[in-house]
Formats: sequence, C-alpha cells, structure tokens
Amino acid sequence: MNQEISIQINDFSLADEITLLEQNNASDGAIVTFTGRVRNHNNGMDVSGLTLEHYPGMTEKSLAKIINTAKTRWNIGRVKVIHRIGELDIGEQIVFVGVTSKHRHDAFAANEFIMDFLKVQAPFWKKERTEQGEAWLDAKATDDAKAQKW
Amino acid sequence: MINVVFFAALREQLECSELSVSSKNITTVADLKNQLANKNEQWQTLFNNTSLLIAVNHEMVDNEQLLKSGDEVAFFPPVTGG
Repeated sequence: MNQEISIQINDFSLADEITLLEQNNASDGAIVTFTGRVRNHNNGMDVSGLTLEHYPGMTEKSLAKIINTAKTRWNIGRVKVIHRIGELDIGEQIVFVGVTSKHRHDAFAANEFIMDFLKVQAPFWKKERTEQGEAWLDAKATDDAKAQKW
Repeated sequence: MINVVFFAALREQLECSELSVSSKNITTVADLKNQLANKNEQWQTLFNNTSLLIAVNHEMVDNEQLLKSGDEVAFFPPVTGG
C-alpha cells in the first residue's frame, strides 16, 4: 500500500499529519500543508453538505502519478495526500496535501502543483446538498487553466 | 468481454453503474461508445457528449484507444474533487 495516499471516510487530524511529516526528518526545513474544507455556499446558493464519490483503484493510481511528477520537478522530501469520500457536512475537512523540502520554495510549489492536478485529474465527484435539492457540481474552467499554467 | 463502469452524474442518468459488453466488433473506445449509444435516445445523447472522460484500466485515454477483451473501460463527467 502506498503510504503517501489515503482515501478515507473518516476525518483526519492536521496535527497528527504534521507530526508524521516531521518525525525523523531533520534534513527538511520546510513543511507546507493545504487543507480543503466544505464551504457553506457555492454559486450563490446555500450548501448544507456534500457527498463525494470516487473511482476506487484509479483514484490512487492517478494521485501516485501526480506525486511522482512533483518529485521529478522539485527537490521534495515527504508527501502525504488525504482525500475523504462519502457524506460531509459544512466546515468538515475534505482534502489534505502535505509536502516537506529542504527549503521552502520546493514545498510551496509542489504542494500547489499536486492540488491543482488533483482538481482536474483525480476521479472524485462532488454532489451538493442545497435547499433546492441535490446536484452534481460542474467542473470549473478556472481549475483547468490553473493546471495548465504548470 | 469488456467491463464497462460509469460514475457520478452519468451513472445516475444512465441508471446503470456497470455492464459487460462482448469485445466482438469493438476495436476502439469510439466503437464501444457507438454500441452503447445505440441503446436508446437518452444513451445516445449522453455518449455523444464531448466533455465525457474515458479511462481504460485506470488510465485516461481518448476515443482512439484500442480495446481488448478483459479491459475495464470507465466513462465519467469532468472531475470535481479537492
């Protein structure tokens, strides 16, 4: 099993993840983490929660490929990507990306790169619960543009 | 046989998450799409949607991708994770 990737229903602890990135890793001076959470609004509508679906098997492969590409482009140490699936409420954590490196530039860039490609390549789909009922989210053109700039 | 799986909005619109198709007469993803589209008008509309993404054995591919018996082909809408 790939220790760098976790697709899980349960929540995660930011503090625990940072500890895992730091432990026995004295050579890396930089840790950059990103956490994505469920917003209470989208496209002007109140959102009460989300359901996240994914494609088991492909999701892990797709994320491994993104992480490996980041490792060839930047001098980075440890990487951890967590993505939750199933039913999530407002304010809950959805996604975590943590990257360590000797100096900050590599960790900053690699973290953003992994997140930008996760958005457009990893097979996850969000369904929103709103007052008007449930609806699958549409992909955003701005996300494609962000990934293309790399 | 080719194993075909559908996800998210597409799975709900088709009212189908998985099916098996004989690999006879199917050379490419485009051939498979045409065969699925023949089922009825709704399936035709959904499989003619050019934003539909395709993966074969967990790798993103395009319509020209060659298929063989035992392949898993997935069709799904643009992804929205993160």
